[in-house]
Amino acid sequence: MGHIDLAQVDWARAQFALTAMYHWIFVPLTLGLSILVAFFETIYYKTGKEEWKKITRFWMTLFAINFAIGVATGIIMEFEFGTNWSNYSWMVGDIFGAPLAAEGLFAFFLETTFFAVMFFGWDRVSKKFHLLSTWLVAIGTNLSALWILVANAWMQHPVGMFFNPDTARFEMKSFWEILGSPVAVSHFVHTTSSGFLLAALFVVSISSWFLLKKRHQEMAKKSIAVAAVFGVIAASFVGLTGDESAYTAAQVQPMKLAAMEGLYQGGYNADMVAIGIPNPAKKPGDMQNEFKAVVKVPAVLSILANRKIGSFVPGIDDLVFGNRKQGIISAAEKIEAGKRAIASLAIYKTARKKGQDGVAAGALKDFRENQHYLGYGYFAKAEDLVPNVPLVFYSFHIMVALGTLFPVIFIGFLLFLYKKNLAQQKWFLRFGCWSLFLGYLAQQSGWIVAEVGRQPWAIQDLLPVFVARSNLTTGTVQTTFFMFALVFVVLLIAEVSIMLKQIKIGLEGE
Amino acid sequence: MGSLSLGQLQHLWWLLVSVVGALFIFLTFVQGGQTLIFSVARSEDEKTLVINSLGKKWELTFTTLVLFGGALFAAFPLFYATSFGGAYWVWILILFTFILQAVSYEYRKKPKNFLGSVTYELFLFINGSIGIILIGAAIGTFFTGSSFSLSDYNLVTWQNPLRGLEAAFNPFNLAFGLFLMFVARILGALYLHNNIDQPAIRERTKKAAFNNLVFSLPFLLYILFSLVTMNGFAVDPENGKVFLESGKYLHNLLAMPIHGLGFLLAGLLLVIFGVVITRFKNSHKGIWPTGLGVVLVVLAVLFIAGYNNTAFYPSSYDLQSSLTIANASSSHYTLTAMSYIAISIPFILAYIIYVWHLLDKRKLTEADAATEKY
Repeated sequence: MGHIDLAQVDWARAQFALTAMYHWIFVPLTLGLSILVAFFETIYYKTGKEEWKKITRFWMTLFAINFAIGVATGIIMEFEFGTNWSNYSWMVGDIFGAPLAAEGLFAFFLETTFFAVMFFGWDRVSKKFHLLSTWLVAIGTNLSALWILVANAWMQHPVGMFFNPDTARFEMKSFWEILGSPVAVSHFVHTTSSGFLLAALFVVSISSWFLLKKRHQEMAKKSIAVAAVFGVIAASFVGLTGDESAYTAAQVQPMKLAAMEGLYQGGYNADMVAIGIPNPAKKPGDMQNEFKAVVKVPAVLSILANRKIGSFVPGIDDLVFGNRKQGIISAAEKIEAGKRAIASLAIYKTARKKGQDGVAAGALKDFRENQHYLGYGYFAKAEDLVPNVPLVFYSFHIMVALGTLFPVIFIGFLLFLYKKNLAQQKWFLRFGCWSLFLGYLAQQSGWIVAEVGRQPWAIQDLLPVFVARSNLTTGTVQTTFFMFALVFVVLLIAEVSIMLKQIKIGLEGE
Repeated sequence: MGSLSLGQLQHLWWLLVSVVGALFIFLTFVQGGQTLIFSVARSEDEKTLVINSLGKKWELTFTTLVLFGGALFAAFPLFYATSFGGAYWVWILILFTFILQAVSYEYRKKPKNFLGSVTYELFLFINGSIGIILIGAAIGTFFTGSSFSLSDYNLVTWQNPLRGLEAAFNPFNLAFGLFLMFVARILGALYLHNNIDQPAIRERTKKAAFNNLVFSLPFLLYILFSLVTMNGFAVDPENGKVFLESGKYLHNLLAMPIHGLGFLLAGLLLVIFGVVITRFKNSHKGIWPTGLGVVLVVLAVLFIAGYNNTAFYPSSYDLQSSLTIANASSSHYTLTAMSYIAISIPFILAYIIYVWHLLDKRKLTEADAATEKY
């Protein structure tokens, strides 16, 4: 592999994290608001009332402002796989490229083509065709999420593939296995429904502001009614699939689950942490406390992780040092096996070049026996296999706490609407305004859990991020990091400023 | 489809990638149009018309570029890894010009847009000029080669510290980039001419199309002359070894009398025909023959780069590291799976064309300036 510049890898990770997190400010809103706008327009179509058209057009304007940056940052994500993770692109391109191409073909063209109708078509196509277009944009945006989440799920849980020693890369064996992977399914539903939830908060938040300002009150209440119902439904999906995501993590990424819970010493009847402060000095295998302060719910983690009362949940120490009784082999043994895989692959390649078929066959056999741990062979220390525990722990618990709060907020709004005294609930409306930021916080936390939690892997167990990198200098990646950061800040200021102004302008002609 | 050999699939996918690439270059009429805003639109209302006319189409171009990237990734991942990870700066800069473009239509006329309308118009200009020139320079390296080497594990090391920007300093690549920019401007002028029903704009776009054709000719002649005389990167089909062959691209043109030489000549004639009927016959439909011509020319160029035992992404530093459609492709399984996915392409094209027709049935007129979106 030659010399690896770790500072460069860290800058490349920072750049990818920056683009991914920035992209994810805009995407969830696009996923959900596209559907809410389609709901509003459907009501307009059914009732024929002009006020619903105004409501539709108002939210549609905000949708477009947000959509533009989502598009701009999406293209960066796609090309960054090549520019900053070129070894990755080669080693898994045979598998990873297909969903990306499918996303472009099936989803992006649908979005793009009908987006134009949504905005330019009001007086050029029939009402029915316009409504259809709005729905197709909503379907297109969510389809694109499907493909990219299939790709991401595959990195978390690589299925449907094998390693081809002649090309030295992973190749696809079953497209359907990749598409139908349980991680992909739970990822997709969890992510899209969380996007719906955020969009519901967005509509509720802005409508609350109108109510506080005593403007567009009828429109605001109508918007809240639709959004809050949508929000409650979305929140229940988020909860159900969140549970499913935790379960699949326990099955295929036990280290991630252990980090989410800050669990070092595994055991039967494992407790779940309700609230806690992890001890940042804690290292695997030492005798320090896991937490500085903690409140636990007894035995719940076992049920969550394995759906079996009292079952064993491995902690970080079990995964690093092994646990013979539970059949968990130590990281040191995995590293050993990985090194053998790498070495026998090298022997195989040399033997093939020299035409020594017997040597090649022996080396290949050895490689196949150890290939499941291929990625471990690049590590020197077992401790390097542990992600940043406090960051993953806090992100997970913030996400779960907020995920529990959101349905309460929506139900509150529905209740006050039902009692017809929502406009008088000043404190609640103010809280509704600010709740949008909690939505964004939950979104970002969710991705931190998913992505930081799986470090140091680009492909779980097979490819560490520092092997996936491009062969660039630190200075080059630093420069582009700051270029991106600058452009992102400038565009965010522009976006927020335009958005706030459009909200203040309010509905057309009123 | 399951019965196609790996070699046939590699040829099929080079064809599909070329088609997407050719459609993308046709759709750069948006970029070309962006560089014409200041010259064909004189008043604020005219500017609004031009930008709205392009604004209906820009995302289509953008999405085609994304698909082009995705298709290359899926079908020829070694190219994706080698070129994007290697020629880092050239791709990053191209990317930046497209980020700037993506927000500009939406934000240009919105109140409180922080940077001011002129900045967003400048962003559009940068995307249409620098963005397209760099894309052209990158395509030029398909013929002039780049300086990289691949390890036994196919991992790339780029040998030039400019990381891809060096491509723009090669006269052939630079000429290719500038030519592409003039082509985009010709297409842009013809598209606007067709799409906007306003006499002053029509008069200016008509002239712009012709003038840009004239400007493009010296570059075209230089490129054609170089292409038929230069050494090309040939592959020995027996052992996969890459070697320099004098007049390789001329040989390729002649070896493909229809989809090589034929497409190139027919394409160039169609490009000229479309401009001439616009300039001298008062036709509003010049975009169609010229557009088709551009598609044919790009196809011919990509075919002679990749077909007939040629290395399409050659390394001038280490010939044997050069990429061919055979050594850079995905596996038989993946290419087959992707081919099933590609069956959807005609359906997708059909709905795009239908919607395009719906939105453009009635041309933009002065009356639209007040009500349009951007």
